[in-house]
Amino acid sequence: MSSSKQQILAAVRRSLRREQPDEATRAELEQRLGAPHANLVPQRAQVSHAEQLDMMESMLKELSATVVRLDSEAQVPQAVADYLKNENLPPQVRMAPRDDLRQLPWDGQPLLEIAEGIAAAEDATSVTGAFAGIAETGTLMMASGPEAPVTLNFLPENHVVVLRASQVTGTYEEAWVRLRQEVGPGKMPRAVNMITGPSRTGDIEQTILLGAHGPRRLHVLLVDDRDTAAG
Amino acid sequence: MQSTSHAFKDNARAALANQTLQKAMKHVKSGFIDKRAKARARLPEFDALRDEARDIKNHTLANLDFYLERYEEKVTASGGEVHWTATAEDAVKAVLDICRRVDAKVVTKGKSMISEEIALNQAMEDAGLDVVETDLGEYIIQLRKEPPSHIIAPAVHLTKEQVEADFRHHHQELPSERQLSEPVQLVAEARQMLRRRFLEADVGITGANFLVAETGTSIIVTNEGNGDLTQTLPRVHIVVASLEKVVPNLEDATTILRVLARSATGQEFSSYTTLSTGPRRPEDLDGPEEYHVILLDNGRSNMLGGDFQDMLRCIRCGACMNHCPVYHAVGGHAYGWVYPGPMGSVLTPNLIGVDEAGHLPNASTFCGRCEAVCPMRIPLPKMMRHWREREFERHLSPPAVRIGLGLWAFLARRPKLYHFVTGWQARLLARFGRARGRFDALPLARGWTKHRDFPAPEGKTFQQLWAERQESQAKGKSAS
Repeated sequence: MSSSKQQILAAVRRSLRREQPDEATRAELEQRLGAPHANLVPQRAQVSHAEQLDMMESMLKELSATVVRLDSEAQVPQAVADYLKNENLPPQVRMAPRDDLRQLPWDGQPLLEIAEGIAAAEDATSVTGAFAGIAETGTLMMASGPEAPVTLNFLPENHVVVLRASQVTGTYEEAWVRLRQEVGPGKMPRAVNMITGPSRTGDIEQTILLGAHGPRRLHVLLVDDRDTAAG
Repeated sequence: MQSTSHAFKDNARAALANQTLQKAMKHVKSGFIDKRAKARARLPEFDALRDEARDIKNHTLANLDFYLERYEEKVTASGGEVHWTATAEDAVKAVLDICRRVDAKVVTKGKSMISEEIALNQAMEDAGLDVVETDLGEYIIQLRKEPPSHIIAPAVHLTKEQVEADFRHHHQELPSERQLSEPVQLVAEARQMLRRRFLEADVGITGANFLVAETGTSIIVTNEGNGDLTQTLPRVHIVVASLEKVVPNLEDATTILRVLARSATGQEFSSYTTLSTGPRRPEDLDGPEEYHVILLDNGRSNMLGGDFQDMLRCIRCGACMNHCPVYHAVGGHAYGWVYPGPMGSVLTPNLIGVDEAGHLPNASTFCGRCEAVCPMRIPLPKMMRHWREREFERHLSPPAVRIGLGLWAFLARRPKLYHFVTGWQARLLARFGRARGRFDALPLARGWTKHRDFPAPEGKTFQQLWAERQESQAKGKSAS
């Protein structure tokens, strides 16, 4: 134990006018860390899943993101190609190296160049999945890992996110529960990026502008996968 | 940075006379206040969330030692390292040691008030490092060699014309005939210039909005995405954070996050809320190879358990300064050190001493707006009053103030004498002022009359009028 650590903890305890917390307190604190419970959760997103999907869409649009709703995953490649064409972007994407994206019918888009891996400085557009969508504020939650490099979320100017309807929750708290189920209690992916709209700044005379350092455009393909999930 | 807080009065006078500053400050008065009010109106639970946020921090502070130890255990378990540092010097040394060990040349930085507090940039530059601020506002003031004037909008004291002039001066490699008069062009140019620096950096330094004991996670909240590029691209990520940033679990952080952005910029949620836990995992394709947390005390453990403990709940949203009439009038630089506005007036004397910063808690009209909007319900006016008391006790206030207060206290403790003197005063002033209804000069009140007239009393004190009113009401009642 470093002496600085001892010195600081001793100073804290002196100010708190006690030594270690007593046994009862300790048990309570352990409980708070080991079995976290939600505090007050706003009513706003505690609605049906269909309404959560609508809220996700309207919140994203309010944030200057764009949203297209798709009936099935198979429509994703066409939607990506359409987006690039409409925005006058080169038909090249850097895609997250994950099987569910890889398996989509990309061969229907012969003009689209797809590279996998981390983002490079010259990549204009990335295509990634998401861990969750949080309807409350239109927030996308990305959990880093070999299939989800963090640079794809920040380096390219255009970020296309494939979000499945089954991934959309009402509140942040529901997303934490899902994350703990995925990675285990008390553990975390190296990075969890909660993305709420494109990059923005108000640093010059409070004028809000998009694309300060991260993506200028955020485009969400909201895919209805609920039937497949149920069947 | 070298404090000029002792010169607050001169600073404020200069700020009031500075036309460019006054023009820039107009944006603060309208923008922040309207946006926060709208965000608050949209979330019916907002005030209840403020209560919970306050309670979470109070609970954490009461068990700070436990949560800090647990936080460190979790960071270590995820492959990161916590460096406990008692003072600003220790923290700076810890950062420099890491930079030296990894042979760093270029260091990028996300916006961090704690790094301003410990004057980290100066120390790194002195050590020969190429330090690049990447938040747009911080980048601008780094070019100008100025400190931030606001804790979340560091360049809020500048106009776009000033930024254009700075960019033209510092970006000489770009064509001189380029258009640069609009904010959108300025933002695009900063993006272009900083992109290269992100990619060549060896070390990235960020602050932290929260440290989560449950998971050993640090959280930063940004809008530009610069913090994320800063901490993702270089080989080493260093987080600099003070003790009180710790919260128990993710749900607790979430509750406070719900009030943070709404109070700061009026956003429902900031663009990027990023949770970092340790360095790159073996199977990861990107992310830093080393993850360090410089955990800094710098006076916080002393504030615990005393008159100023509530200040440790502060989440640095800036709502108090956004709503402060004094801040609106003089801007952030007049306060003379790192933290301006009401939160600075309470915190600064704690960190650099009341001898140096005693003027700051006096720079308040006690209008109470800061406390009314504080998401963590920090009683800022009450704590400024604590400082005024200490200043008085330590004989730091000037003789005129001491004699005046002493005289008033003598009178206030003797109600009969008080009523006699004030009644006599009111009658006297009424007689002399009757002709014009106001005074443009009065003995002992020059501080007031220098700037505006003093209205002449009508002959009776409030107490006398009140007594008469009560009497006539009593009569009216007994008559009916």
